[in-house]
Order: sequence, then C-alpha cells, then structure tokens
Amino acid sequence: MSRRYDSRTTIFSPEGRLYQVEYAMEAIGNAGTAIGILSKDGVVLVGEKKVTSKLLQTSTSTEKMYKIDDHVACAVAGIMSDANILINTARVQAQRYTYAYQEPMPVEQLVQSLCDTKQGYTQFGGLRPFGVSFLFAGWDKNYGFQLYMSDPSGNYGGWKAAAIGANNQAAQSILKQDYKDDITREEAVQLSLKVLSKTMDSTSLTSDKLELAEVFLSPSGKVKYQVCSPETLTNLLVKHGVTQPATDTA
Amino acid sequence: MECVFGLVGNGFAVVVADTSAVHSILVHKSNEDKIMVLDSHKLIAASGEAGDRVQFTEYIQKNVALYQFRNGIPLTTAAAANFTRGELATALRKSPYFVNILLAGYDKETGPSLYYIDYIASLHKVEKGAFGYGSYFSLSMMDRYFHSGMSVEEAIDLVDKCILEIRSRLVVAPPNFVIKIVDKDGAREYAWRESVKDTTDAPAPAPAPPA
Repeated sequence: MSRRYDSRTTIFSPEGRLYQVEYAMEAIGNAGTAIGILSKDGVVLVGEKKVTSKLLQTSTSTEKMYKIDDHVACAVAGIMSDANILINTARVQAQRYTYAYQEPMPVEQLVQSLCDTKQGYTQFGGLRPFGVSFLFAGWDKNYGFQLYMSDPSGNYGGWKAAAIGANNQAAQSILKQDYKDDITREEAVQLSLKVLSKTMDSTSLTSDKLELAEVFLSPSGKVKYQVCSPETLTNLLVKHGVTQPATDTA
Repeated sequence: MECVFGLVGNGFAVVVADTSAVHSILVHKSNEDKIMVLDSHKLIAASGEAGDRVQFTEYIQKNVALYQFRNGIPLTTAAAANFTRGELATALRKSPYFVNILLAGYDKETGPSLYYIDYIASLHKVEKGAFGYGSYFSLSMMDRYFHSGMSVEEAIDLVDKCILEIRSRLVVAPPNFVIKIVDKDGAREYAWRESVKDTTDAPAPAPAPPA
C-alpha cells in the first residue's frame, strides 16, 4: 500500500486512488446505520442512535435527522460536527435559490450543489474531506418524491432504497430482496424497521435507540416532514413485531 | 416614445412592441424586433435605452438557457421573472439598467402569465400591462375593453384598437408594431402592423425627357 500518498488529500496514489476520501468512508462505516426507502406516497428515513442515555433531551435534539428546507430533509451517518457544517451549507444553498427564484429548490439541484462543495475538498485547498454520508429525502413538483445518497467523495445517486453507516452492505442486500416498486409509506416504515432490526448489533429494538422520520404530502398538498415521537415509535415497533412489548412486572 | 404593451387571454399571452430604433430625431430603422424569445415558451418585450435593452435581455436569455442545460428542466415563468427582477435589483445598487420588461410565458401547470418588471426592479404579475408614453393610451383602451379569458381574435382586436389609438393620439407615434404570442404550442411571432415600410425596391426609372 502506498502510505506515502495518504496524508495529502488532494493527490492521487499511483494506483489512482484518493486515500483520504476512502479513509473518510471508513470513518462512516463505524457510525450508526441510516436507511432510506422511497414509496409512492412518501419517503421514510430511519436511523440508529449511538448516543443512548436517559439524560438526553430527546424532544429538542435529533442525532440523525435534520430538516434542510420545508420540502427536503436528510439523515446523516458519520462525524456529527462535519455533518453540522454541511447541513448549514445545504440550508443556505436552499434559501439562496428561493431568494433568487421565489420557488423551492429542486431536490436534485440541492444535492448536486452540496456535492459540488464536498468535491472541492477532494481536489484543492489541502483540507480533509467531510466524514459524512447523507440520505436526502424530499419532494418537488418536477419529480415528486425522491431519495438521494451522497458520500465524502461528492458522488451522489438517486435511489429507491439505500443504507449508510455501519452494516450498510447487509442492510442494502436485505432491501434489494424485499423492496417492491409500488410499496406504500406504511409498508416502507415496516420494511425499514425490519431491516434495521436485522442489521443492528443490539438484541432488541426500543424507541430510544432509533429515530424515524417521514416526508410526505399533507391532504392540502403541502410537503410535511415529521419525526416520529418516542411513543408512536414504540407502538410501531410492537405493531410490526420488531420488538418485545414491555412485560408487566409482577 | 417606445411603446410596449401586453395582455393575458384564454390559454395564451400576447405582447406588442413598436419597432422603431430612434436616435434623437433620426429613425435608424423601423423594423427593429424588441420582443425576444427567451425560451420555447417565454417572451420578453423590452423597451428602454438601446444598448441596455439588448445587453440585459441577452444576459437573461443565456442564463435561462444555462439553467435548462444544467438541470434538464426549464424555469417556470414565475422563476424566470423573479430571476430577472433580482438581476435588475442587484445592478440597481451601482447603476440601473434602463430597461422596462413585459415577460410573458406559458407553463403547463399554471397556464399563461404576464409579468411587469420596470427598470428599478419592481415586479408585478398582471393581466394587462404597458410601458412608455403609449401606455397612457393602451392602458385606457385595455381598461375599457379587456375581460378575463379573451379569445385570440378578441385579444388581437383589442391590440389593434390600442395601436390605432397610439398612432392617432401620440405626437411622435411609432409607425410599425410587432405582435408576438405564447401559448401551449410555444412562443412565436403572430403578426406585424406596418404603416411605413422600409423600401428595398430599386427606385422607378426617371421618365424619358420629352423629345
């Protein structure tokens, strides 16, 4: 391995690899899994929380899910502080577009714009790449509901179902088997919880280890981004048979 | 002295502009097309200072084309209008572009629309609008005869009424006008209304002198 070519982000190795970008992706492989599933009537994002403590203020802080604009949200996997910078950049880009055109920014353009920023850190400036992968979920009038995955290299793709973070390959293969094109949002929630339960290390799923968010259209046609409350999440976990209901202590 | 006006009808928008290029008291040409085709379904009718008019509208046209190449989808009329207004507003902080614009477009989802954008970056979505001295006459005629959902025939009839009023009542009225229309089938030239033609025929030979 050409260790001599590791430390500079902005040069190729003799084999034609960008080691710093690959190491960034390694860092993400240790982070909590996040799964996104595109359905006919919405996009579902599920994330595994690594920081679980009763002391955590769950009502006000989220670890995995963030809203970028009224019509776009994202799930993150990787270094949280890096993610915050990029999320802020994405938010500014979305507002800048709306300022110029008085319309919401098309989802793919937002993803592309953020990925252009990430690519800059692999080519010039001598700064390390961001150690974050994203799953973007959104709706626009051009293409309806969309799901995009992006990584530290600045590559992105549109997906029907995708996974990032720890065990993402296992999650992706289960998704490949079980996803069907005409899946509904409710079925997508069920599938995402099922896949997460199979790929997570812990023995049982409880609502404090997960975050679940959905992007869908309200009856009036407005895009809604909703993070599931812990109570609803517990009920969902029981309903889909993914966790044992709490046994009454004698 | 430049006259630009337009209105929205049933499934279409029509814009009219005079076609004289004037410098002080000299008319350079009387068939100058001041309505630019912005993209397949948008028209910009512009009036104002000669250099600014072409410079600014071409700048907008190329940026609209760039957006379409980059993103694979065209801008909506509203987005293009707001972008245009933004560019005028930014330039205004240094020195304004002296261009007044009527932007007409057709979008599949929302139908025809007309935007009034003046040189100090006001933006209004309107059903009828006009710029210049001619606006005193064309707006009055449109106020009297316009109604929502006019057919093409009714709208062109109203356009002709406005042109007649401008020709007969404005002291240095431009002689010729061009009419362009935009609907679901796209933006295109509809007609010219010429009362003075630039002659290109060779002059008639002088009669033979009497023997």
